[in-house]
Amino acid sequence: MTELVEPTTTWCDRCGEDATAGAHPGCATARELEPPRFCARCRRRMKVQVLPVGWSAVCVEHGETRG
Amino acid sequence: MPEILDQARTQVLENGVGLDEAGVLAVLNLPDEDVPAALQLAHEVRMRWCGPEVEVEGIVSLKTGGCPEDCHFCSQSGLFTSPVRSVWLDIPSLVEAAKQTAATGATEFCIVAAVRGPDARLMKQMREGVAAIKAEVDIQVAASLGMLSKEQVDELVEMGVHRYNHNLETCRSYFPNVVTTHSWEERWETLRMVRESGMEVCCGGILGLGETVEQRAEFAAQLAELDPHEVPLNFLNPRPGTPLGDRPVVEGKDALRAIAAFRLAMPRTILRYAGGREITLGDLGTRDGLLGGINAVIVGNYLTTLGRPATDDLALLDDLKMPVKALSATL
Repeated sequence: MTELVEPTTTWCDRCGEDATAGAHPGCATARELEPPRFCARCRRRMKVQVLPVGWSAVCVEHGETRG
Repeated sequence: MPEILDQARTQVLENGVGLDEAGVLAVLNLPDEDVPAALQLAHEVRMRWCGPEVEVEGIVSLKTGGCPEDCHFCSQSGLFTSPVRSVWLDIPSLVEAAKQTAATGATEFCIVAAVRGPDARLMKQMREGVAAIKAEVDIQVAASLGMLSKEQVDELVEMGVHRYNHNLETCRSYFPNVVTTHSWEERWETLRMVRESGMEVCCGGILGLGETVEQRAEFAAQLAELDPHEVPLNFLNPRPGTPLGDRPVVEGKDALRAIAAFRLAMPRTILRYAGGREITLGDLGTRDGLLGGINAVIVGNYLTTLGRPATDDLALLDDLKMPVKALSATL
């Protein structure tokens, strides 16, 4: 029996495009002043709450990330 | 010394009378080599008419995204293909955000919602949220909930909201290029009601929306006519998926010209650094603005984007020997 292993990082969490095809330098720079918007594992748009200190991003499939 | 700065020295610095639209335009058109002198004069004006204190504020989004309006700069409009999803903040998290803000020494906490105007659900959330904050946190509560009815203005006063933010965003002549779902005049009407209610008026806008320098001067003059207690000055941070997503960022020198010009138009207002300063001015420019007419900052994160750490701004104020305004001074 083959176990399904989900890839960990496939999508750019800023623009939602393929992150394996090449670097996203513009997105990487922008992300210094932005929270993620897309789940890097499944590309779903996340529910993001920015707080005065920190942020939280919730993917309906992969749960919450905080920063 | 350019003639306009000589005029401003007498008119604004000595007599406290702001420059008119033509004067503001002359400042906005100063050559690069005269910008430091304009900033120096604007700083003197700020120190003379406002004092050395800096008002520190934190903001939080109570209701993010899904807005029915089409403000072309905004990633929270539901009409664009922005990646920002709709989300509501619960009351415990709102109180925690107020605590985080108060911990920085801030005296102001502004609750913001991406709406045309508040509905019953939002007003209920505000009522509960403001009461919970007032019970636990020593901070002034401000709000920004779009266009209001007279009844809603009165309700916010009853809740104890002391200042209301409603930005005109840009000058009257350029506004239809930026927003088509409501008018500049509708915004003005809300501001009029807020002023009549006794709440402090907070009204500013965003530079870099594609307006001309003349329209920037027009905007400063219109704000001066409104005479708000506070003017938040944003610089466009182009957001992916919005109609203005590909616009260039305002040049640092132009941003500094604008800071000086807006201070010289409104010598007594609280002129606040708001969104976009990080990408427009960077660390050095931020310092120049604080020495060029700015006397208030938003610390920490913004509504959908991140700011630099509050500790960096507080260290900068300390370095500049600019005391953070104490809560007792605002009551």
